[in-house]
Amino acid sequence: MAAKAAAAPAAELTGPLAVLKEKFADAVKPGDFEGAIIANDKLIEAATFIRDELGYDYLSSVTGVDYLASNEMEVVYHAFSTRHTGAPLVFKARAPRDNPVVPSLVSVWPGANFQEREAYDLLGIKFDGHPNLKRILMWEGFQGHPLRKDWKEAYYEQDTKPFDSRWPGGHHRRAEDRVPFADNVNYPPGFDPVAFTSQADAVVYDRVKSMDPNAGGLTGNGNGNGHQPAETAAIDERIETDHLVVNLGPQHPSTHGVFRMVVTLEGETIRHLEPVMGYLHRNHEKIGERNTYIQNMPFTDRLDYLSSMSNNFGYALAVEKLMNIKPPERAEYIRVIMAELTRIANHVWAIGFLLNDLGAFFTPALYGMEERELILDLFEAASGSRMMCNYFRFGGVARDLPDGWVETCREIVFERLPRKIDDIDGYLTENELIRARCENVGVLTAEDAIKYSAAGPVLRASGVPYDCRRADNYSIYDRFDFDVAVRYHGDVYDRYLIRLDEVRQSIRILQQALNQLPGGEIQTGKKQYSARVPAGQAYGRVEGPKGELGYYVVSDGTANPYRYHIRAPSFINLTALGPMSIGQKVADVVIILGSIDIVLGETDR
Amino acid sequence: MYGSGILKGMGVTMKHFVETFVEDFKYVFKGGRNIDKNMAIRQGPKAKGIFTVQYPEEKLPVPENFRYIPFLVYDTEKQDDKCTSCGICAKVCPPQCIWIVRTTDPQTKRPVPQPAEFYIDATICMSCSLCAEFCPFDAIKMDHDYELSSFERFSTLVYDKAKLTKPDTYHAAIHPTDWARELQEKAEAAKKEAEKAAAAAAKKAAAAKPAEEAKPAA
Repeated sequence: MAAKAAAAPAAELTGPLAVLKEKFADAVKPGDFEGAIIANDKLIEAATFIRDELGYDYLSSVTGVDYLASNEMEVVYHAFSTRHTGAPLVFKARAPRDNPVVPSLVSVWPGANFQEREAYDLLGIKFDGHPNLKRILMWEGFQGHPLRKDWKEAYYEQDTKPFDSRWPGGHHRRAEDRVPFADNVNYPPGFDPVAFTSQADAVVYDRVKSMDPNAGGLTGNGNGNGHQPAETAAIDERIETDHLVVNLGPQHPSTHGVFRMVVTLEGETIRHLEPVMGYLHRNHEKIGERNTYIQNMPFTDRLDYLSSMSNNFGYALAVEKLMNIKPPERAEYIRVIMAELTRIANHVWAIGFLLNDLGAFFTPALYGMEERELILDLFEAASGSRMMCNYFRFGGVARDLPDGWVETCREIVFERLPRKIDDIDGYLTENELIRARCENVGVLTAEDAIKYSAAGPVLRASGVPYDCRRADNYSIYDRFDFDVAVRYHGDVYDRYLIRLDEVRQSIRILQQALNQLPGGEIQTGKKQYSARVPAGQAYGRVEGPKGELGYYVVSDGTANPYRYHIRAPSFINLTALGPMSIGQKVADVVIILGSIDIVLGETDR
Repeated sequence: MYGSGILKGMGVTMKHFVETFVEDFKYVFKGGRNIDKNMAIRQGPKAKGIFTVQYPEEKLPVPENFRYIPFLVYDTEKQDDKCTSCGICAKVCPPQCIWIVRTTDPQTKRPVPQPAEFYIDATICMSCSLCAEFCPFDAIKMDHDYELSSFERFSTLVYDKAKLTKPDTYHAAIHPTDWARELQEKAEAAKKEAEKAAAAAAKKAAAAKPAEEAKPAA
């Protein structure tokens, strides 16, 4: 595929890419995609130019692709502008596969931090100048880089599905019997399993110890207290204090799953926070590259398992871009209705659990869950499952809405939800405990939010009115009258308020969509179990409830995606967690994490 | 005012508490809380009071589209499996939990459209319903039975053909809409077949007629 790509005629660079070409001349080359390939030695300079001069200030996605055939590694960057709408600026860097070194862009966009670590972890691409180039999803000491095309998993059967052993001579045999564990494990030379002790923790603690505890986090007041006013956070100089390292998690009710925060404390004040993740890692992307296109659909449900409809949406958009098809009208409306219902379900859940983190144990959460339950009943009636909906297909949706569905949905959207959201608002928003705990806690300024590639409610609560539904106008969002919710303080309280705002906007969209819902077909063309996807690459993104959810899919024209990458908002929003928490109290970290609203299925993938 | 939040919160809880008992009392005259009709109201948009369902004593009715582990449909009319072992379900299955052995004719060594063995590993199945969706023969459908827990994983949760096969009357009972569509398609196919047969017969007659006409002339 890569060989074919190299032979393809190089397209002319247009628009902002032409400006880039003019500035950097030979360092910028066109590729077989809409974007540019930038020489490694000019990458940082070009990235700075892209950010400052071209105005693409928001680095959305960074990922690598392993081109085995041409013996090359590729790093793909997607940058957007938070001030303008429109397509991303795609640029790539290339490196030889046996020693892939690419300059790190963390100095230009700190939001690249976790994403570069992920590419290093899974593909072995080394980012020169990265401040902490350690594994992030796999454990330190793991052998190999699992997303490389020549890496095989423990119960490897075949490169691509469907497996030949299933039909026509499909005698059932468990994978564990066929490949007994340990038969397929490659130990490094000289490895002694008995004497082996994992160094994974030591790596984390070394990192924590090496950090200057007074370095300070965000663009705060420079005294290491983040955004806290000096008088409350300042520690009496005369008292000698020790720094204490405390693990919050991985098993901790406040972490919403298996997630670990290693914090350095001075008294109760946080001096450093190191997130440790990957406990739920299953290499979703590798599974995705073994799957056929349609087989990935139910797997996307399991990413952010609270909002499977949005996950389906993003993946369907990416593949539809490649296939160059559009779903019929009715399907578009159904998609929007489902996506907005998902947003409401997710946000009432997030608000409920934020209150849990604040100590209001489960009473507010259950009020939110009641509304969510009604929405899930709608999902179940339409798709067959409450949470693992698997409802979208390429060019349509799986099945039409059953009888009576629209009536129930109308009742919920027009009668019940507006009233209930007002109720929740009334119970919580002015509550003095919530205000005391949330206001001015975990502040993220607009510049920092963009810098750290924060997305969704976290970005918009910091005063950046950026929403993929408006920036991309994907599907039929241009037909609806709604506002991009925005709040300006960037603290936990605003992140709570913005979710209420977004729920109200979603109700507006739903009311319009339900009123306009047309009849007709729900599927373009005939539904095929093996989708024919032409070679190419596409980045499909939706505004998921947690933020920008992007799918980068590379097709080589076969039945399985060559590369399948997910820009997971939960994962990338965590980049800002450490800097946001510095100078805060240990109890506040719990609600800062709660206000980001992560789902570990998506964070760890 | 400090403390007002607590009072307000207590008020909300109190209202919910009282409503639960008022509702409970009402259901006594409506045939009890735990019948499907009332359950739909209790868990619907008009719900008041307690929202929880006391599973397993009370169960929510599942919608028709509800999907759980698939089953194979047995055609009671023709006394035969509907499955032709074409293998599409096994090919589309995302976790690859379907295993099919195709029947071969012992004499001609050619495949016979019938599965010799059919396995679904319920420990792997993700209940995505792609198999049911893409089956061209309506031979595999999703079940409504979600209570599968057992004490032993390996011997009980790999379903073979005998365990998977269920009569089409069962399918008709749990999926009335889908069954109606199937019947309609069947009727249409039969009608088309009849029309085709009639057309063929007419053509034959038309072909025979000139021959007959030609006879006397000769």
